[in-house]
Amino acid sequence: MKLGDLTELAARNLREAVLRNSLTTLGISVGVASLVALLSLGVGLQQLVDRSVARAGLFDTVSVRSRQSAPFGQPGGGGRNPRAAADFVAPRALDDAARKEIAALPDVLEVNPEVRFTAEARREPSSQLVMVAGMAQSSESSGTLDGLNGHFFSGPEAEEAIIQGDLAKRLVDAGQAPSSLLGQQLTLRFAQRQALPPPSQQAPTDAPNQAVGPDEEAMGFSIVPSERKFLVVGVTPTSDSGGGGQVGFNTAGIYLPLSVAEKLQVVQQGDLRDVSRATPSEGVRYAALNIRATSPTAVAQIEASVTHMGFAAFSLIDVARNLRTFFAIFDMFLGIFGSLALAVASLGIINTLVMAILERRREIGVLKALGAADRDVRRLFFAEAGVMGLAGGMFGVVLGWVIGRAIQLASVIYLRRQGVNPPNIWSVPWWLVIGAIVFAVVVSLASGIYPASRAARLDPVEALRYE
Amino acid sequence: MLLLYSYEGTMKQKLLQRYRPEEEHDNSVIQPMQSENSSSGFRNSPVKPLRVTLRSMTVSESGATSNGFAIRAESVSRSYKMGEAVIRAVHEISLDIGKGEFLALLGTSGSGKSTLLNLMAGLDRPTSGSILALGRDLAAMSSEELATHRNRTIGIVFQSFQLLPRMTLEENVELPLRLAEVPRGERPARVQEALERVGLGARTRHRPTELSGGEQQRGAIARALVNQPMILLADEPTGNLDSKTGEEIMSLIAQIHRPASGPGRTIVMVTHERALAERYADRIVTLSDGAISREERLR
Repeated sequence: MKLGDLTELAARNLREAVLRNSLTTLGISVGVASLVALLSLGVGLQQLVDRSVARAGLFDTVSVRSRQSAPFGQPGGGGRNPRAAADFVAPRALDDAARKEIAALPDVLEVNPEVRFTAEARREPSSQLVMVAGMAQSSESSGTLDGLNGHFFSGPEAEEAIIQGDLAKRLVDAGQAPSSLLGQQLTLRFAQRQALPPPSQQAPTDAPNQAVGPDEEAMGFSIVPSERKFLVVGVTPTSDSGGGGQVGFNTAGIYLPLSVAEKLQVVQQGDLRDVSRATPSEGVRYAALNIRATSPTAVAQIEASVTHMGFAAFSLIDVARNLRTFFAIFDMFLGIFGSLALAVASLGIINTLVMAILERRREIGVLKALGAADRDVRRLFFAEAGVMGLAGGMFGVVLGWVIGRAIQLASVIYLRRQGVNPPNIWSVPWWLVIGAIVFAVVVSLASGIYPASRAARLDPVEALRYE
Repeated sequence: MLLLYSYEGTMKQKLLQRYRPEEEHDNSVIQPMQSENSSSGFRNSPVKPLRVTLRSMTVSESGATSNGFAIRAESVSRSYKMGEAVIRAVHEISLDIGKGEFLALLGTSGSGKSTLLNLMAGLDRPTSGSILALGRDLAAMSSEELATHRNRTIGIVFQSFQLLPRMTLEENVELPLRLAEVPRGERPARVQEALERVGLGARTRHRPTELSGGEQQRGAIARALVNQPMILLADEPTGNLDSKTGEEIMSLIAQIHRPASGPGRTIVMVTHERALAERYADRIVTLSDGAISREERLR
């Protein structure tokens, strides 16, 4: 029998016992709905975490440091392992040339120097020691500051600051909202590096200046306290409202435009190392560079390339991998629990089709007498199971979508009442829709194996005698 | 090739009449044989049984030639097990049915006539022996081939009509065409033609429950004929009908057997109504206890 005739006959048969078949189909729908609802929550949670870590730049960022500046005893630095001599790449300075070379690597979106320093943030009468970090302009579009109150830096050279919500709470007067800092001036006091003239130009003094080294051309610097005022243009959400201003490796209390932060000439950790060296460096030396990859999947390759270039590289790719594994297992368990209802529904299909065989025994006999082969009868029952699975799958996806939405809505209402900014924990991707329908059809067909085989095996003579 | 028969009783003339000229040249003709253990059925019969003994014959090795026979049964037996007991529904029956012949299988309930018909239809398989339909051995066919045989070679009419109640008449008649994978476009005309042939051209949209018994049986005949099979098997087609309607149905079957124009069909009809059989059939074969107890050539 042709597929069209088979489907037509199957649909007709299903219409005949419409109530029973509808209930069976509803059973499949409930099974699929539970599967879709649970998996949509699992997927939603995974996407929420993915979004958070992507926003934080954790999984698409590689932090690069020079192995020259890492002292012996610190990971990635100092000592040379003689056993790894063949693979050993000489440490290089993290300078402008290296920065350009790294930027030219495939899948590298941008390379920014890491500028981080400790400062005192003061807004009379409050003051607080904070970590200040330079933030690249690209952060504006990367979504790292979602939920920001105020706005991003008006330009790369703007004397503006974005403050973490929790810090802002400490700096504002009691009873005031953190966002009340917007538009106000904030004073940062920090340790500034001031270059010293060459020893020959310096006035004869005591021993310390002579300690710069035997090289007359060697330059040193002095550390002086410095203050600058910045206009607060943004306040990140506070941690208790679902935010926290987590921006990956660059987590800090206050963010300044990167180029502004660079020009502050703040004393960096590498500066002290340079002073300790007998051969001070020439040109710009970076304490660290942060590489942003085009996607988390490119991180491993970039990390390997950078290591091969002679730098110490660090990323959270393994953490990302573990996180994905966790969610895969989590989704699998949700899928198993969701499938339990579908397994029960499959028993309903078997029951319905076995009942159909009993009721249509004579009809099966007539069909066989008219020339239906065992295969035709088997396919007819398969088609009926498949149609129930398809209809149940489609309706189940809709039902699951509604249930998922309801759970999301309930969680939003609950979290808002708790004063927490509710995240979206629900997602129905297209693969879940297609997969759930296909799964429902496959389960239905599998359930139809026994009834279909039983119907096909019916002896036509006995079936025709059946009253 | 030599065929020798021994016979007794008054059947000689009828025996000579049975063979049409072309059949006289057929060297594989086997006459009905009466097995020993089933001959008891004749004891009280007014007509003495035909006793035929095959002395010598040559049958083509493949057995795949029809040689003018629509159906040939060769020592066919069908037995069933019921617990420890073995029920022999049909036992060692040999029977030839010529192309275009109208054969009536007569017998009491449980005589094996319906079982024999089911074997000819390919609905059942013999326990031993073979049945050839248009030269093809049904016993050697796969279940798929048997299904094709039921769909294309034969048409079956049942006592209880067996129309599917949830389908309209035209849908019922269309069923064999669906199974034969006849293109959708061709089906309506063929269904209409079959229904008009049985006088139900105006009842196509009716469901079986909306039809009288006679109409239902005519619908069943239309369904049996829609694929234009060579052989029509009818299992007590008038059994559920009153005598007048039964006459109408028999008249219709007779028309199918010998239509005014076009080729006729081989008819094998199971009945327990001797009068109807005598009126319409070319030959009557009476079964008793699963064996042929009597054979009468009428035309």
